Amino acid sequence: MKGTNLGEFEELVLLTIAALISDAYSVAICDELEKYTGRAAKLGVVHAVLNRLEEKGLVKSRMGEATNTRGGKRKRYYEVTHAGKVALTRSKEVREALWRIIPGFNLEGSV
Amino acid sequence: MKTTAQKPPEPPRWARNLLRWYCRPDLLEDLEGDMNEYFERNLKTKSVRRARWIYILDALKFFRPYTIRKPEFLNFFIHWLMLGSYFKTSRRSLVRNKLFSFINIIGLAVSMSVGLLVIAFLADLFSYDQFQEKRHRTYRILTRNESADKSVMELASTSLKAGFKIRETIPGVEDVTLIRRGFYSDAKVSDETIIPLEATWADPSFFKVFTFPLLKGNPATALKEPYSLVITEKTARKLFGETEPMGKTVRFDTLNYTVTGILKELPKLSHIRFEALISLASTLGQKADSDGGIMDWNNIFQNYVYLTVPENANLQAIQAGLDKLSAAENTRLDRQKITLSLQPMDKIVLGGRFSNEIGVNIPKAVVWTLVGLALVVILSACFNYTNLSIARSMRRSREVGIRKIVGALRGHVLGQFLAESVIISVMALVFSFLLFLVLRTQFLALAPPLAEVVSLELSPRLILYFLLLAVVVGLAAGFLPSLFFSRIQAVQVLKDASSLKVFRHVNLRKALIVIQYTFSLIFITATLIGYKQYRGFLSFDLGFTTENILNIRMQGNKSSLLKKELAEIPAVNQIATSSMITSLGSLYGTQMKYQDKGAQDSAMVWQNFVDENYIPLHRHQFVAGTNFKNHPTSDNETKVVVNEQVLKRFHIIKSQPAEAIGKQVTIDNKTMTIVGVLKDFHYGTMDQKIEPTVFRYSADQPGGYLNVGIKSEDYPAALSSIEEAWRKIDKVHPLKAVFYDEQLEEAYKQFEVMVKVIGFITFLAICIASMGLFGMVVFTTETRLKEISIRKVLGASERGLIFHLSKGFLVLLLIATLIALPVTYLFFDQFVLTKFVYHQPIGLSELLMSVLVVMALAFLLIGSQTLKAARSNPAKVLKSE
Repeated sequence: MKGTNLGEFEELVLLTIAALISDAYSVAICDELEKYTGRAAKLGVVHAVLNRLEEKGLVKSRMGEATNTRGGKRKRYYEVTHAGKVALTRSKEVREALWRIIPGFNLEGSV
Repeated sequence: MKTTAQKPPEPPRWARNLLRWYCRPDLLEDLEGDMNEYFERNLKTKSVRRARWIYILDALKFFRPYTIRKPEFLNFFIHWLMLGSYFKTSRRSLVRNKLFSFINIIGLAVSMSVGLLVIAFLADLFSYDQFQEKRHRTYRILTRNESADKSVMELASTSLKAGFKIRETIPGVEDVTLIRRGFYSDAKVSDETIIPLEATWADPSFFKVFTFPLLKGNPATALKEPYSLVITEKTARKLFGETEPMGKTVRFDTLNYTVTGILKELPKLSHIRFEALISLASTLGQKADSDGGIMDWNNIFQNYVYLTVPENANLQAIQAGLDKLSAAENTRLDRQKITLSLQPMDKIVLGGRFSNEIGVNIPKAVVWTLVGLALVVILSACFNYTNLSIARSMRRSREVGIRKIVGALRGHVLGQFLAESVIISVMALVFSFLLFLVLRTQFLALAPPLAEVVSLELSPRLILYFLLLAVVVGLAAGFLPSLFFSRIQAVQVLKDASSLKVFRHVNLRKALIVIQYTFSLIFITATLIGYKQYRGFLSFDLGFTTENILNIRMQGNKSSLLKKELAEIPAVNQIATSSMITSLGSLYGTQMKYQDKGAQDSAMVWQNFVDENYIPLHRHQFVAGTNFKNHPTSDNETKVVVNEQVLKRFHIIKSQPAEAIGKQVTIDNKTMTIVGVLKDFHYGTMDQKIEPTVFRYSADQPGGYLNVGIKSEDYPAALSSIEEAWRKIDKVHPLKAVFYDEQLEEAYKQFEVMVKVIGFITFLAICIASMGLFGMVVFTTETRLKEISIRKVLGASERGLIFHLSKGFLVLLLIATLIALPVTYLFFDQFVLTKFVYHQPIGLSELLMSVLVVMALAFLLIGSQTLKAARSNPAKVLKSE
């Protein structure tokens, strides 16, 4: 899974980070994913993906301020990097290009 | 954990610590925060327990490659660099606290020597049969015999027929070899050399299955022809001296055997041992032997079958084949069921217990007991180390504080103290190795059979195990102290050393002392109880006398000849004959039938063939009737003497034993009249009930014994004249004569060995516990010297002070007593002694005695130190402030 290609779940996580703008930390990302996809997003899975995205250089992170909640532990906020934005745009373009060449009738009946 | 309104429930601490331990520091903080947030959220919707459970699961689930902390090589490097420094400080602290170093090193050394012994013993047992090249794919056939009365016998032996059938009918078996035991005869090499020899019959496949190299001869053909003889090097020297043995003939009885091979001397650690092999064909050709046809399916007591299978063989298929074979053969048996199974070769020595075992077999219980005893003693010494180190931590705390300020991490301090304890235990290993060398000879001398089983010889591998033990013991002993030291806060100890909570671990230390003393008490009580039982067995009233009776094994000679010779010796006053010696553990049974008013009853009775002098010599008491009358031949056996149990079992009498006299019974198809009834006596050992037993008449027992009553006090003289008499009638076999009392002692030898072993362990356990207690008392009185002085100045009496100082320790000993005594009592009462039908009751005296010994020793230790402290001059102590 190395390289700059985005996996399906990776793309979802990356999109969520972008959507949450300045409030993107692990628990919030999980909640948001759950809200939009309707399937349970486990912290363990999301955490691993975030770690991998950071390794690929698609997101960067910074630590927030300590608060009274979370046992006084700081949050790690994520932000999409330029490379991340490029990857997202690219995957969107690929999809759109594919959508464009599908003849209209091919999908209509089945949806 | 209790939850209060002010304090919300927290996630489980150990799970959090686990996470902190394994997680990479740069990932830890927010991950822990995330888990906390989920925990808080779960608290609102779920129960506290469920939330904690989820937290624990998460903490475990996050253990993944990307979260794990990488080993820090820099740390290792620092440890390595600092080793010299650790060594130096350890040495200094050892030298500074001589008493404590002494207690630690000697305690560890003594306890580890027992550990070394157990390791050497186990290493020997596990290396049994290692020289067999095919050991991983060699199996032995086990036999399970179920007879008509549902009694089951598990045998290591099997029938020859099974061996042949397996070879012919079961596919997937590589080689099968058949072995038969029971060849005892005199080997006649020339007219001068006649040497008794014990041999094993074996078929030609023997050398294919087993790795016993032949020095001379062809392994493929050596055991092929009838009357072939293969001997070991040692036997060859015994029989032929320096002359070439190959091709020579040896005469056994009336048959000539030819030497066809010379075996390299057998390795000691082999479960099969023999002096010579004889081709199986030699015995197959002979006529049916006494215990039925040699090729019968139920002739299962003398033969052994070993087989090899190819690599990755299908054992289930072979077992299925065995089952089919048994089922087919069992149809021909009358109410008897014989089933076969496979036993891997490496499970033979340490495997289960089977009857007719061919060689060495050590029950697992013995192994576990030894390991357990060694472990308890070693742990006890570790406790001493832990206790003394933590107690004296005040002295080292400054050092730790400075180390931490200079830059040592927790891990470094931990490493330092672990290194120190390992250094100490390796030093102890040197002492314990010397002790081991002494103990080894003692251990082997404990019981002669033990030296046959193991050699306990040193090997590089064994030394490696020893070192490993030392390291493990060092780590175990140093674990708690180093954890304690690594937690010390540098700022705190440097500001004020006394603020260190030395007494915070008091409960732990107390618990360790209680455990030590509990074990000491259990051991000493067990020793005393065991010793009493052992004495009880020896002095037990067997129902007859064994005093001054010398039992001579006839070894095939005619009793009448020896009787005539012995009668002339003045020291001999009575001579009797018997087929066996009772009460030593061997049993010889037969079926007896009794017919009474049409109802026939038959049951197993134990028997002994004796002459008319036997009963008076052993002073058996008659309840009714009389002894046998002398008659020269035993051809027409008509009379029998029975014990009371026979009357009870067969319901022969209504009330008076005298009614039984004249009644007819049938034994071995012979009708006999009961002429005498003996008071019940012990035919078996103490773990067997008294069962129906009969004495039958036989004037001559070449395979049995002569029982000789000795009246002289000068035993050596009497023995030498008996020896002389023996020489006259038998020049081949040396005299085998043992006093009955000695034979009894031999029969209960295992108990003596047990008592000795446990007694020795007890001694060590008490010594180690006492040393530990002594160390603690010295430490406590030292630290409280000032307090004592002030008390004294204020008017406390010496007696009051001693009581005050020793109170704490006495309470601990009391607790240990309260735990140990009931545990030991219940253990012996419920588990051990129930195995012996006739045993001594557990007296209060043994229990009290053990408490007394331990308490007296402890009082002495505590008293001497507290007295010293109480007598110190308060002016001197207080002035030095």
